[in-house]
Amino acid sequence: MIAKILRGNVMLSVLAVLVSFVVGGVLIAVSNPAVQQTASYLAARPADFFSAVWNAVFGAYDALFRGSIFNYQAATPAGMIKPITETLAFATPITMAGLGMAVSFRSGLFNIGGTGQILFGAMFAGWVGINVHLPWAIHFPLAVLAGVLGGAFFGSLVGLLKATTGANEVIVTIMFNYIASLLLQYLLKTPFLQAPHNINPISKPILDSAKYPAFLGDQFRLHAGVFAMLAAVWLVWWLLNRSTLGFQFRALGHNPSAARVAGINIGLTYVLVMAVSGALAGLAGTSQILGTEGSLTTGVAASFGFDAITVALLGRNNPLGVLAAGILFGGLRAGAVTMQASQGVPIDIVLVVQSMIVLFIAAPPLVRSIFRIRAERKEAAK
Amino acid sequence: MKLELRGITKRFGALVANDSVNLVVEPGQIHCLLGENGAGKSTLMNVLYGLYQADGGDILLDDKVVKFAGPGDAMAAGIGMVHQHFMLIPVFTVAENVVLGHEPTKRGGFLDLAAARVKVREVSDRFGFDVDPDAVVGDLPVGVQQRVEIIKALIGDAQVLVFDEPTAVLTPQETDELMAIMRQLRDSGRGIVFITHKLREVREVADQITVMRLGKIVGTANPSDSAEEMASLMVGRAVDLDVVKAPAKPGAAGLQIRNLSVWDHAGTKVLDDISLDIHEGEILVIAGVQGNGQTELTEAILGTQGKTSGSILLEGKELSGRSVKKRLDLGLGFVPEDRTEDGLVADFTIAENLMLNRSDREPFARRGLIRLGFLKEFAEAKVKEFDVRSQGIETKAGALSGGNQQKVVLARELSRKLSLLVASQPTRGLDVGSIEFVHEQIVAARDAGTPVLIVATELDEATQLGDRIAVMYRGKIVGIVPPTTDRAVLGKMMAGISA
Repeated sequence: MIAKILRGNVMLSVLAVLVSFVVGGVLIAVSNPAVQQTASYLAARPADFFSAVWNAVFGAYDALFRGSIFNYQAATPAGMIKPITETLAFATPITMAGLGMAVSFRSGLFNIGGTGQILFGAMFAGWVGINVHLPWAIHFPLAVLAGVLGGAFFGSLVGLLKATTGANEVIVTIMFNYIASLLLQYLLKTPFLQAPHNINPISKPILDSAKYPAFLGDQFRLHAGVFAMLAAVWLVWWLLNRSTLGFQFRALGHNPSAARVAGINIGLTYVLVMAVSGALAGLAGTSQILGTEGSLTTGVAASFGFDAITVALLGRNNPLGVLAAGILFGGLRAGAVTMQASQGVPIDIVLVVQSMIVLFIAAPPLVRSIFRIRAERKEAAK
Repeated sequence: MKLELRGITKRFGALVANDSVNLVVEPGQIHCLLGENGAGKSTLMNVLYGLYQADGGDILLDDKVVKFAGPGDAMAAGIGMVHQHFMLIPVFTVAENVVLGHEPTKRGGFLDLAAARVKVREVSDRFGFDVDPDAVVGDLPVGVQQRVEIIKALIGDAQVLVFDEPTAVLTPQETDELMAIMRQLRDSGRGIVFITHKLREVREVADQITVMRLGKIVGTANPSDSAEEMASLMVGRAVDLDVVKAPAKPGAAGLQIRNLSVWDHAGTKVLDDISLDIHEGEILVIAGVQGNGQTELTEAILGTQGKTSGSILLEGKELSGRSVKKRLDLGLGFVPEDRTEDGLVADFTIAENLMLNRSDREPFARRGLIRLGFLKEFAEAKVKEFDVRSQGIETKAGALSGGNQQKVVLARELSRKLSLLVASQPTRGLDVGSIEFVHEQIVAARDAGTPVLIVATELDEATQLGDRIAVMYRGKIVGIVPPTTDRAVLGKMMAGISA
């Protein structure tokens, strides 16, 4: 039984994360000045060296823990739980966009356009959030809806191009990322979005009536978008496993020619898949603009568009897996700041850990060979 | 060289794929290894070829025990294998493929292609293979590609040649040519192991027949034994190879095709002005060598062919211009030629595959939601009715044997009200037991009054199943004849000569 779980995909994801942390630890040790110094007299006093390694690695990961889950050194209870709220605040847009990518991957489309779709979501939601004046109960849902539709619109364009011209969605989405970010750059210098009397490319602040409520109070960045994220997890699970639309998405993903013979309209399904995928990325955009950011800038999507791809892969395109991976990535992001501040460990180490995770996920045999797990024998008697 | 396998046992977990198998192949002999899919024939040969290590038993060459750690050892010892799925690189030429792995090298590390070409030509001439060493493999017909595989084995000076289901991919003509090649190799003193489940071929070419069932040798047979006797030995019960059916009672014309032409992507006319009727309660078989427009005809009826002209009337309703979905709704049942590619989603469960083309319809779905309860009930019932052997309805379709996969496709297509059943090579790659079942189901559909169109590439199937046979050649119908027509006449028609 244990052997079977070990061979499963879930275990592979967990092991990939584990190995990445080990590699990260090695890098932390190697880049640590105390370790470098003690290494020069390693033969004479090995104990110094090993305690330096221990201090460096433990200190760094301890800081990561304090920055992302629970700060036991904080003076106030609010300070203690702040790290986990930070983690969730980062996890919210990453998970939302990750769900979008997962939907497209499950349907056989490799949507690389998370960034562009997040930006479109943020632009649409931002415009409504700045320029419309309505009570919160109407204004906020309207702004979120605008963001979701913005992402869906930008995503479905890709589906439409693929359906009508056979254009490769990978290339199209990459190019669309440029279009979206350059369009935002341009609009932020025109009166359409730019705040008046401002020379920086930044919009007017989002009206309070369009914002996700900060349900823990204003000292926390975490906002009600986290509930929208949980709802999205459930919604995507339901879509993929219970709805006929999701069934057709998956059929297309696994075997397009069988889907065609079964009477599924392939072109229309491409458009729908990309619309749903883009809508979820657009939702991530609303979490940024209506939740944490407060006004539109060119950096509104951060690196979430690409994190989303990693998170979808790490979560095996399964909604709950994506949620878990999203929280992990949120934690890495939140903790990296503390790690740098308190231990002087470069923030890039976290990027390396993230990249290693991708590498190990992409190469399951590597993880298998490290842990000596045999691949399940596929060949049966013929 | 004499080959002997003594007490070979091979296990995969709890499954015993080979159970103390003994086999002797004399030089100058064609030894047929006959058995259904899953009987353990391929496993045995993979043990011989060094791909698997046996859990027990010995391999003896000329009475000396040998051990093969891998295919390299087996090849060096003089054993050659022609795989069911060719191990060729399509973009390489014949000569390049043949020398792959042991390339003749000139000084400085350059590939000596001239030497490779000479070798290929030499073997090709010696056995009359007629293979051009400079042809790109991907451009060659399947039958010729197979000869390249044989040349590969012969250049390694193989004394024992194993053919693993070699005729599965061949047309009748190519099969005949392959038989001739096997006889010639035998006469040159080589030992031939011929793995198959096709009885006609066995009886035609074998010197010695060994039958395997469920991993064991269950007996030997003589080429002069009847096909029924051999089939019974294979399946382990009495088998009726003839299709049992009452005379057809044709009714009104359910399908009327008028002046149908189809063009492929390159703009070539692949179907040329076809007109035919299929009546309710009759089976019309389209016979012909593969690639003469049969696939295009069935796909034109389904609606997945691009450019078409002419009309297709199903129960008086025009199909041309309608979507695939609409045609399925009008009662078109479709069993595709390539079931793993077009008929099933391998990663879906049996249950999911059973609703593949009705997933958004009552009773499978309501208000956009899949009715899991109904699906479970439906799938359980169909698995039972169609005798799909599996671990249950949650088994992935890709994990099923070919026969059981086909049963899933048939169960899906036959469990709704049909106004036409189109089935392309419905028994391709199936074992005897499954073929019998599939034929029964098709005849039952006919007897229920459904017009049936079958595409067959094997003459036996065409004459046994069909109430009328339409022979196709190069996108045209050569003629429509009764199933009692002489085989020789049918063969000529398949070559384009009308009766």
